[in-house]
Amino acid sequence: MATHLHEETQQQVTVLPPDKEKIRKLWRVAGILAFVTGIEFAVAFLVPHEFPNTRVWIFIGLTIVKAAYIVGEFMHLRHETKVLIWSILLPMIFVVWLLIALVYEGMTIFDLRF
Amino acid sequence: MASTPTSVQAPGRSLWDGGVSPMGASYGKLMMWFFLLSDAFTFAAFLITYGLVRTSHPAYEGPVNEFVFSQEYWPIPEKVFQAIPFFEGNFPLVFVGIMTFVLIMSSVTMVLAVEAGHRMDRKAVEKWMLWTVIGGLTFLSCQAWEWTHFIHGQFSGDTVAAGTTFFGANLSQNQYGPPDFAGFFFFITGFHGFHVTIGVCLLFMAYYQTVMGVYERRGHYDMVEKVGLYWHFVDLVWVFVFTFFYLV
Repeated sequence: MATHLHEETQQQVTVLPPDKEKIRKLWRVAGILAFVTGIEFAVAFLVPHEFPNTRVWIFIGLTIVKAAYIVGEFMHLRHETKVLIWSILLPMIFVVWLLIALVYEGMTIFDLRF
Repeated sequence: MASTPTSVQAPGRSLWDGGVSPMGASYGKLMMWFFLLSDAFTFAAFLITYGLVRTSHPAYEGPVNEFVFSQEYWPIPEKVFQAIPFFEGNFPLVFVGIMTFVLIMSSVTMVLAVEAGHRMDRKAVEKWMLWTVIGGLTFLSCQAWEWTHFIHGQFSGDTVAAGTTFFGANLSQNQYGPPDFAGFFFFITGFHGFHVTIGVCLLFMAYYQTVMGVYERRGHYDMVEKVGLYWHFVDLVWVFVFTFFYLV
């Protein structure tokens, strides 16, 4: 009885063939992520520590590129409705504001202490 | 892009008058998105506080080759994290690089599982979910090794008082730099590792239910998508931790 029911449900499901184009696109995104990580690695060793600001800005730029690919393609946000995209992205303004405020604060604390 | 439902096109009705999903996503997926948004705030608070404390400490000024650990300045991360299992010697950031790669790969297998779920291909979902679980467990094992190494210490240790040398790290003291350095390492990577652990549990639950045919009977693999969103978020956070803790 149980096996019979099981077979019945199996038959109702239509399995679609893999979407080759979509899968190729996903692997390409993975390749880009690995490549960007490789660049970050190269920058970590090729750009000397004597240029801290250059290093930091390159790292931040590359991190945003990676984040955009992960959120946009892997989490599929780029293909969602506009309302959903903005409900997720706009609140991030608070994070940017906090970042700027607290790093500035940190530099002021440094000046007061040393 | 989700196409506009026909019922909305009726005169005098807007997308927000009910009967349709204005955001074109299921309730569960939407709530997962907003949970992840709040979680992003938590992680951002951690990383930004790290930025605050780090900028309020002196940075190492001298030549990089002559760098030594000291309580006086913030350490250069690549000088702290340069060991890999089974091999002697210095391989700066190589192990974290491997961990990053493992997490990115498990994100790819996750997205392939979601793709298979859209096609109702149970066998493929099972396969890719299992790979994702393995990726998650690999990452956690790497982190366990990384923590052990960090806690036990390396090289010469740090001379804390006349005749006393301190090795490794705990929450009040560490050989690498100011006490806050180890504190942030434990809190940031620990909180992330905790997320990965939860993620592996969720992944395994989704894998188990896939194998049991729960989603096939339900007619959709929405749960795999929700767990997938969470898993990608964990990967996303690691991208930021990698940059701001290990590279900068």
